[in-house]
Parts: sequence; structure tokens; C-alpha cells
Amino acid sequence: MKADDPDIKWVEEPQLGLSGKMYAPMFVQGLATTFKHLKSSLQGKGVTVSYPDEEPSIENPLIYRGVHRLNKDSQGRVKCVACFLCATACPAHCIDIIGIESPWEDREKYPESFTIDELRCIYCGMCEEACPVDAIELTSLYNLTGRSREEMIFDKEKLLSVYDATKDTEPMQSPELGGTV
Amino acid sequence: MIEPQILIILVKVVIVIGGLMTAAAYFVLLERRMAAWVQDRVGPNRVGAPLSQLNKSWKDLRLFGLGQPAADGVKFILKEEYTPAHVDKRLFVLAPISILVAALATFAVIPFGSVLPNGLFWDEPIDMAVSSGAGVGMLVVFALSSIAVYGVILGGWASNNKYSFLGALRSSAQLIAYELPLGLGILGVILATGSLDLDKIIAAQAETGWWFAFTQPLGFFVFFVAAFAEAARLPFDLPECEQELIGGYHTEYAGIKLLLFLVAEFLHMIAASFLIVMLFFGGWHFWFITGSEANPGWVHAILRIAVLMTKIFVVILFFMLVRWSWPRFRFDQLMAFAWKVMLPLGLINFVAIAVIDQVKTMSGDSIPGIDLMCAVAAWGVCIAAWVVISFAGPLVADNLPRLDLDPFDVDSQI
Repeated sequence: MKADDPDIKWVEEPQLGLSGKMYAPMFVQGLATTFKHLKSSLQGKGVTVSYPDEEPSIENPLIYRGVHRLNKDSQGRVKCVACFLCATACPAHCIDIIGIESPWEDREKYPESFTIDELRCIYCGMCEEACPVDAIELTSLYNLTGRSREEMIFDKEKLLSVYDATKDTEPMQSPELGGTV
Repeated sequence: MIEPQILIILVKVVIVIGGLMTAAAYFVLLERRMAAWVQDRVGPNRVGAPLSQLNKSWKDLRLFGLGQPAADGVKFILKEEYTPAHVDKRLFVLAPISILVAALATFAVIPFGSVLPNGLFWDEPIDMAVSSGAGVGMLVVFALSSIAVYGVILGGWASNNKYSFLGALRSSAQLIAYELPLGLGILGVILATGSLDLDKIIAAQAETGWWFAFTQPLGFFVFFVAAFAEAARLPFDLPECEQELIGGYHTEYAGIKLLLFLVAEFLHMIAASFLIVMLFFGGWHFWFITGSEANPGWVHAILRIAVLMTKIFVVILFFMLVRWSWPRFRFDQLMAFAWKVMLPLGLINFVAIAVIDQVKTMSGDSIPGIDLMCAVAAWGVCIAAWVVISFAGPLVADNLPRLDLDPFDVDSQI
């Protein structure tokens, strides 16, 4: 495509003002911004925290996208109905579900196995969006570490235990959002 | 039996090279911390004294990251020193060596203070420059700093890589373009002092108390900007801009050869700071503190070194702050700035200083306050020239194609 192509629409850039033409005032302005940030950093108002010594503060854990958990209902059963919507929505293909016939009256299927490869996951939150029964959720746990790849593939029990560990600090989002509790 | 004079020079060489290498290493740390602070980060603050390696019960000391330069150096030395198969091996090795040697040799004539008084070591005052009495210090500095461009071009050419070659091409064009305003900037100073000797230039400023930054503001501005360009610091770091050219001329380098390039770059910056301070900020002189006599006592001699080092440090801090304040020039803007703005400003400065100096010489001491009047006149010329230039030949700041011109005209504009 050439510069004189009729399909190109050239946008008029704003003309330089007096200070822009003089150049030095703009430089002083830029330097003032630099000094402002330098000063606030030297006063200890930087954004970065020294992580292992100091834990970062997470403002709203309900919208943080950390390790997954599988929610339980009031009877302690897994809420998942094995509909595969999360696995379908997942752009990283990290969710693997084996659904079988449910032993309970209120649903047809439930997951016999539910594994998430936490190393493949990109923490986009699409599974959380897709879930019709709010069974899968992302918690605010960020320090996810392991010693092997196998260890980082979370199965159903592990994901349910994440729920048990975080249910008090991060209540299920469903009541406020009108979902099924 | 070694002559004592040679011994003194050897000691000076050791102090200068050791000091410069240490300074360069710690300026890298300072630069990284400054960058972090300006960007609201913390920066490298972990590496200190690893005492827990010696004894499990001791805690590591962090020391604000002061161990970082050692860690960086060890990293560079222990890295695989890989030479790609497609390079010209001799030139590839020669380039970093030549650039470092040229950068270090510059400091042979740069005085690191005034003189040390006689008595303690030697029965004559000791000059603080390694090669004292050269008399043409400025010429030596400029001759050697022009050799630095050879290292860059050799590195870019020998690498046999498109990015390196582009970086070297840009670098050679830039350094040659900015040598001109650099020279024009110091012409005023040489005119005012009548000497190429750095010691005499400083002494001239110390005697009157008028630093040349005050009496020749336009020359100072031209020299300052050109020194940034010569040191290839932002906003003039086109030879190696990471976003466009990966690393420019040192793209293909790794390990200790890359380290030589990086150290040489910092030495250029330190040398530029020395020149700025000595030519325009009075060198070791500070009012009421250092005195201005040719043979100072111990107190003044020590104070002069301290004042000089403080000034250098402040200028280097400014170098580092500017890096995060100003975006990089586009290449056509860089060239336009050199030839259309800096060159005319330098010429105007030269003429103005010549006229003002002549008036000052002719009037002698007959007019009271002639120094102040001359300085005011120089500032008036500076502001007027600045305004005229900025309206007559503004930088091309937009990115629109010049459709009204045919391609030949566009090329000739660049």
C-alpha cells in the first residue's frame, strides 16, 4: 500500500504550540515528571514490594485470578455437573473432565475426575465465566509452586481442598450474582 | 632504580584506571537503581555480603545491593564467550579492545583535581593529571574520542549482521555530525582563555569566579547536547536502540567482549561529564571554598578534588535522569537537529563570544561591572538565537508523508 492510496485516511496531527516549538519548556516538563516519580520512590511509595519478605496486598480477592478451586454445595458435594462448558471455553485446553452418571437426584451427571494443568493454565478466568452453576472459581492464591510437572496437575480432591482452604476468606460469589448456592 | 617521577606517574595510572573501572561498575548499579526509582520500582537491592555461605547461622547482608557490580562482572566473565561463525574474527576481537583503549586513554590528560602540594611525597607539587604538562589536553581528548567511533564501526562491520551494521552506520553518521557542534561549543571557551590546556581553562574560571556556563550559555547548551550525543546516551542512543536494532553494533557480542563495550560506554559518559564540568562549571573551583591560587595548601587541594568529584557525580546523575525524561529522536530528527539547529547555534555563539570578548578586552577595567554586563549580553544572545532557531527551522515532529515532494526532495531533506 503506497502513501497516496485513496483508502488511507490521514489524520491531522495537532500543531506544535509555542512551548513545543521552543522545545526547552517541554523538556523541563518531562524532567519534572521524572523528579516527581524519583521523589515518591525515595519516600518509599514505590509500587513494587520485596516479595518473599513482604506479601503483596490483593485489593479485592473476589476478582483476583489465582489458583482454581472446585466449589461444594451445602451438603458437601461437588457442585460441578460435568457439562464441559469450562473445558470448551478454556483457550489453553488445560481442563480435563470425565463425567459419569450422577448418584444424586438433582442432576444427571457429575465429574468422576476433574483435572486442571496449572502449568498450562493462563489464568484468563474464562472457565469461571462459562460455568453455569458457579462450580469452578479462581481464588486469590498467587504463590503456586511445585517440584515437578506432575505435581502441578491438580485433580478433583486437590481442587476441592483449595475450596476448603479458601471458603472462609473468599466466600462464593454466587449469592450476590444471583447464581445457585 | 626507578626514577621517582616515573614511580609517581605509575601510581597515578594505577589509581586512575582502578578508580575508573570501579566507578564504571558502581555507576551501572546506580543507573539501574535510578531507573527503578524513576519507574516506581525498587531495583537491584539484594546482592550484598553472602555471609550465610560461610557460616549457616549468619544472615546475609544486603548492603543496598552494593554487591551487584561484582555479581554482574563475574556473570560476564563466566559466560560462554561465543564467537559466531560468520564474523570477521580479527576485527571482531579488535573492536571492543580499541573502543575501551580509546576511552581509557582519554583520561590520561584529564586532571582529577588541582595539584597536590609538595613536601609529603616529592619536592615538587604533584599534578593530578596522569600526563601533566601536555599543554594541548583538549586536542588529545578530542582526537581520542574520535577513535571511539572506530570501535563501533569495526564492531558493526565485523559482526556481519544487519542490525549491527545499521547500528554502526547510524553511529558513524551521528558521531561525525555531532563532533561539529562539540567543537563549536568549546571554541568559545578556547577563545576566552586562549589555551587548550585543561588546567589553564579551569584556572581562568577560578580566577574570575565566572564559570563559562554563565558567560557562554549558548556554547554551554550546544556542548552539553553534543556531549550527550557523543556519549550515545538517550535521547541520542540510536547506535544501539534496543527497540529497533536489538543491540545495534554489539548485537553479536557476548561475555567479556560485551562487557568491554558496556564499560567503554560508561567511560564515555564519565569523560563527557569531566569535560562538561571542567569547561563550563569551573572544574575544581567553587566560590569561597577552594580558593583560586596556583599552588594550594593541603586543605584546598583535598577540597578541590572533592568539589570536582561532586560536580562530576551531579552531572552523571543528570545524564541518568534525562534518560527517563526524554524519548529518543527519530533518525531524520537527529540529523536535522545536528545540522539545522546545533550548527547555527554554535556559529552564533562563536561570533557572539568573539565580539563580547573583544569589547571586554578593549574596555579593560575602565567600566565597572563589565563582567556582569557581558554575561547578560551572552544570555540575551542565547535566548534570542534559541527563539529564532525554534521558529525558523522547527524539528519535523509529525509522521505524515511528504506527498507534496517527490522522493528525491524527501531524501535531500533527510
